Amino acid sequence: MMQPLTNRSKQVVNKEMTFMERIYLPAILKGMAITISHFFKKKATVQYPEVQRPIAPVYRGKHVLKRDDQGRERCTACGLCAVACPAEAITMVAAERNKGEEHLYREEKYAAVYEINQLRCIFCGLCEEACPKEAIFLTDVITPVETTRDNFIYGKDKLVEPLNARIDVSKRQSWRTPEQQS
Amino acid sequence: MEAALLIEKSILVLVILGITLLIATYSTYAERKVAAFLQDRQGPNRAGVFGLLQPIADAGKMFFKEDLIPAASEKWLFIMGPGIAMFTACMTGAAIPWGTELHVFGYTLNMQIADIDIGILYVIGFVSMGVYGIMIGGWASNNKYSLYGAIRASSQMISYELAMGLSIIAVVMMTGTLSLKEIAAQQHGINWNIWYQPIGFIIFFTCALAECNRAPFDLPECESELIGGYHTEYSSMKLGFYLFAEYINMFISSAVIATLYFGGYNFPGMDLIESPALLGWLQFIALFAKIFFFIFVFMWIRWTLPRFRYDQLMHLGWKSLIPLAIINMLITAAVVLLRNQTF
Repeated sequence: MMQPLTNRSKQVVNKEMTFMERIYLPAILKGMAITISHFFKKKATVQYPEVQRPIAPVYRGKHVLKRDDQGRERCTACGLCAVACPAEAITMVAAERNKGEEHLYREEKYAAVYEINQLRCIFCGLCEEACPKEAIFLTDVITPVETTRDNFIYGKDKLVEPLNARIDVSKRQSWRTPEQQS
Repeated sequence: MEAALLIEKSILVLVILGITLLIATYSTYAERKVAAFLQDRQGPNRAGVFGLLQPIADAGKMFFKEDLIPAASEKWLFIMGPGIAMFTACMTGAAIPWGTELHVFGYTLNMQIADIDIGILYVIGFVSMGVYGIMIGGWASNNKYSLYGAIRASSQMISYELAMGLSIIAVVMMTGTLSLKEIAAQQHGINWNIWYQPIGFIIFFTCALAECNRAPFDLPECESELIGGYHTEYSSMKLGFYLFAEYINMFISSAVIATLYFGGYNFPGMDLIESPALLGWLQFIALFAKIFFFIFVFMWIRWTLPRFRYDQLMHLGWKSLIPLAIINMLITAAVVLLRNQTF
């Protein structure tokens, strides 16, 4: 005999049903008792927009393009995130920093256009891992609903960290060594 | 006198029709809520408080959907199908005694639209005509799934109507009348027919489920095999009519079950109430409480039992319910005969 993989298998018997089984009604009443007991049970539903389930501090949600402590964009448009992205969600156009823009961009090259398609993104966090400048991070913000596909392509307007509302990503950074965090 | 009667009856017809439609509308809501609660969910709760505006939103949606008539269909029959379904569903309410008398603004209102002396026959007649709506709709769609649904519906209805009729005969023999008003009046207080006809009730109830095309006998619509069965090709409010007719049928079936077996408007302790005005209202409320209970049971069963296989359905109808109904009828007949001879 074949070795059973689990102990759940049952020998099938084609036994005659007893009279009580054949009139169905006791079984039906039993089933109805089970369903009515669920009527009064606590519901599993979470009323989503109003109530949100707690999410982990290292949740991988919407991306942010970080600025440094002087408010300059860290991204240098090297394209490593786009290469690392398994879903090919990231595109960018690089540009050279002009004179007088030193307060905007940290290095001589920056991303003039930086787009992430949130419909393609699988929120794996590989872009974050690939980034040598600690510019892109995933945050605990959930991508909101949009009504057209175009609106899901997030440009710099939605991705770059606002100056007056800095986003704390220290939790996501915690795996890095202290010298990497400099 | 004649004019007054005409006006009184017209108002009553409108009120009963309005109540019927309202209850059918909110049955869709109740169905979804009951389904959700039995499955540990919340059900619709976004439109209005507790989602109470949901059926209105659904009706609005139905009206604004594109109304397709397939090119290959029989156009007039296609339109007639849901019309007949709706018409027959609404007609049955006329013979049911919704109460004895109601005192409104110092005016006594007889709560039955038409006291037909063959009331129960009239109801059964119209219920069995309801299958024409389904058959015509299914046939006119010119679609194999619709046709299968229609065939299933008609054979199911014919099979279950027999057992239903036989179980009613037992009640009729016991009460000695076909008038629903008389049948209801005889079950004064708690002297309900269910105590004398428990098996008849079970047969009738099973057949009522089948007649309303409700689960576990919803083979005519059967989403998983027939993609909606007879209303596969229907859209917009024509589809709405079919679905609506099902809920009206459910309401009427509950009313008939309550009247035939559960004392209609009678309730225990009704003799203690002195005021006839109060009694009238309480009877009305008692009947509707029973009806709502049975609508709930209909839904409860739907969300508990899986659908029958077609041969099982026919087997149950012809080989179990009909013999059982005949035995029940014979025993009732014997008991009635013995009682009449001894007393």
